[in-house]
Amino acid sequence: MNGLLRPVLVIVWKDLLLELRSKDLVVSVLVFGLLVVLVFNFALNNAPGRSEELAPGILWAAFAFAAVMAMNRAFVRDQEQGGLEGLLISPVSRDAIFLGKALTSLVFMLLVEAALLPVYAVMLNFSALSFNLVLTIFLGTLGFAVVGTLFSAMAVQTRSRELMLPVLFFPVVLPVIIASVEASTRAVGGETFIGLGRWLPLIGVFDAVFLVICPWIFAFVVEE
Amino acid sequence: MTTLIGEAVQVRQLEKSFGEWPVLWDLDLSVPWGQTLVLFGANGAGKTTLLRILATHVRPDHGSVAVAGHNLRARPDAVRRRIGVVGHRSLLYDDLTCQENLVYYSRLFGLKDHKPRVDEVLEKVKLGDRAGHLVRTLSNGMQKRAAIARAILHQPDVLLMDEPETGLDRESVAILDELLAEWTASGRSVVMTTHDLDLGLSWGHRAGVLRGGKVHFPGTDSHGGKDENGDGAIRQAVTAALEAGR
Amino acid sequence: MASSQSLTSPSSRMPSAKTVMAAITGVMMVINLYLIFMVAPTDSVLGHVQRVFYFHVPIAIMSFLAFFVVFAGSVMYLITRSPKWDAVAHAAAEVGVVLVTLALITGIIWARPVWNTWWTWEPRLTTTLILWLIYVAYLMVRSYAPTQSKGAIYAAVMGIVGFVDVPIVYYSVVWWRSIHPSPVVGPFAQADALDGTMALVLLYSFITFVFFFVYMVMERMSLRSMEEALGRIRFTLRRSGR
Repeated sequence: MNGLLRPVLVIVWKDLLLELRSKDLVVSVLVFGLLVVLVFNFALNNAPGRSEELAPGILWAAFAFAAVMAMNRAFVRDQEQGGLEGLLISPVSRDAIFLGKALTSLVFMLLVEAALLPVYAVMLNFSALSFNLVLTIFLGTLGFAVVGTLFSAMAVQTRSRELMLPVLFFPVVLPVIIASVEASTRAVGGETFIGLGRWLPLIGVFDAVFLVICPWIFAFVVEE
Repeated sequence: MTTLIGEAVQVRQLEKSFGEWPVLWDLDLSVPWGQTLVLFGANGAGKTTLLRILATHVRPDHGSVAVAGHNLRARPDAVRRRIGVVGHRSLLYDDLTCQENLVYYSRLFGLKDHKPRVDEVLEKVKLGDRAGHLVRTLSNGMQKRAAIARAILHQPDVLLMDEPETGLDRESVAILDELLAEWTASGRSVVMTTHDLDLGLSWGHRAGVLRGGKVHFPGTDSHGGKDENGDGAIRQAVTAALEAGR
Repeated sequence: MASSQSLTSPSSRMPSAKTVMAAITGVMMVINLYLIFMVAPTDSVLGHVQRVFYFHVPIAIMSFLAFFVVFAGSVMYLITRSPKWDAVAHAAAEVGVVLVTLALITGIIWARPVWNTWWTWEPRLTTTLILWLIYVAYLMVRSYAPTQSKGAIYAAVMGIVGFVDVPIVYYSVVWWRSIHPSPVVGPFAQADALDGTMALVLLYSFITFVFFFVYMVMERMSLRSMEEALGRIRFTLRRSGR
């Protein structure tokens, strides 16, 4: 385990250091997240009294689009001077590279979501102080990060890569979006953990299945 | 340094094509320890592909490849620990300093006590005073030197260099000269490609020409080398072989 | 001379098997049409529109089978790296996308008169739509990849991830519908009401579409094997030329 965890953390440390220096990813995704809420608020005519019903949907639409934005950038820095190639010719296993990149994306997205959530709670008038809501956001974002990292590694190599990622990403993560919206609706409504029903287990199954498959497949994606 | 077994590089019947483009076929090559092999060849002859295969980055279609005594297919991670790679790109992050880049690579290689080692290699390529500078602020020649520092960081036994002379100024060439001499004197090996005939012949113990998917050793039957034949004869033979390939 | 033999043998053998298959499929399809329009009784409630059902159900089932073939071909391709498996997966995906498209269109034709709506977020329909999107992405990523071999790998990735995802999509939509009910029932609800002749016609139609699918895949694969034979000729020329 130690042999896998160490390089994963080294990769995360490197990406965080790079992001700390430029801040461009987190800041631009944050601004994007605010704009999405603005657009949905008016597109769905979010009048007072309807917030309870609309807020979880708007929340997850914003998170899903923000995830695509962030994932699109996941491998860009590793592409510039061949950083990914440097990783591939180091003795670090492909699994560790995948998990490192996925963990980086998870951390970035959780940071953005942590900043957006209180703002959304105020703007959309719901209570964000719910363990169940936070747990839902964590599990849903984990699913986004795992699948998104795999597809991002492919999309970054293709023509029109910015367009390719959503085409690959959205159909596959649809169950996560459905389940996250349903679980969040109940969490915001004050339901207990049991009251969330099968939605959290559904996201859990999705996360587990793709955490097993994606590292294996990633090795094929990056080979020449 | 670990004990050096077998040959530095041992390639048998190597074959590689990209789709319907054949690049290398029936390629045999061996590089003994303590030698520098310089590969010449026209653009598109497959020099970079061959180096990238030796660097475990491109997977061969057929044939067996062993680098530093380890079979590439069976033990790619063992090979990766024993090679240092200098490619066209620096493999460094522009927005990290030289030192941060090298610390990052030391950790990837799991080096213990890496701080003094990082300082040591930076001194070796005469970038000690630039350790804290972002890579993007360095000149091309300095970035190349930083890339060389990165390649030798984990004390590999085989150095793979793809056209290392590009972007190097006179000072950097002198640094590389010294490094290569020291490298082979200690029994380690180098495989490099180059377009520069003068530099290549001055660096190489042997000169090969990549043509028609294979490595040829012009001017000699099997064991070429400037020491036996003298510089002039080899230069003529290499030039002739390159011309024949056009 | 061994190489020239391997160049000609697949292309000389393929057409004969393919032609036989084409003939069988053609005859079966004509009989199928006759059975559907002449033999099968007119539905007492729905009228002639119900006959769409004999196309829709076999096509929809075949499209799901097609993507099982894509999945199996993709896994085998990643493991063996033999282009044959990629060819199987690629052909099945192309035919599958056509079948899913047909399934969606016949579904819409069915839905309008029977359910009085063009579209409903019913689990089977929604899953079919997602399936369609996933395999369109499969074909897109293949053609947008930097090289052909990378395209084959990326497509295989989508073939595997997509197939594994489909059951999860299905259950998420089923559960979603159980709390957001809409007043519609799936096409299989009608299957209970089938009389004996109807069931036999449906069974025959299904077998016909199995043959249709196999024939289309063979056709697509023989096209690709011709492309590859041409590629091998160019390959040999390039080797000897240099």
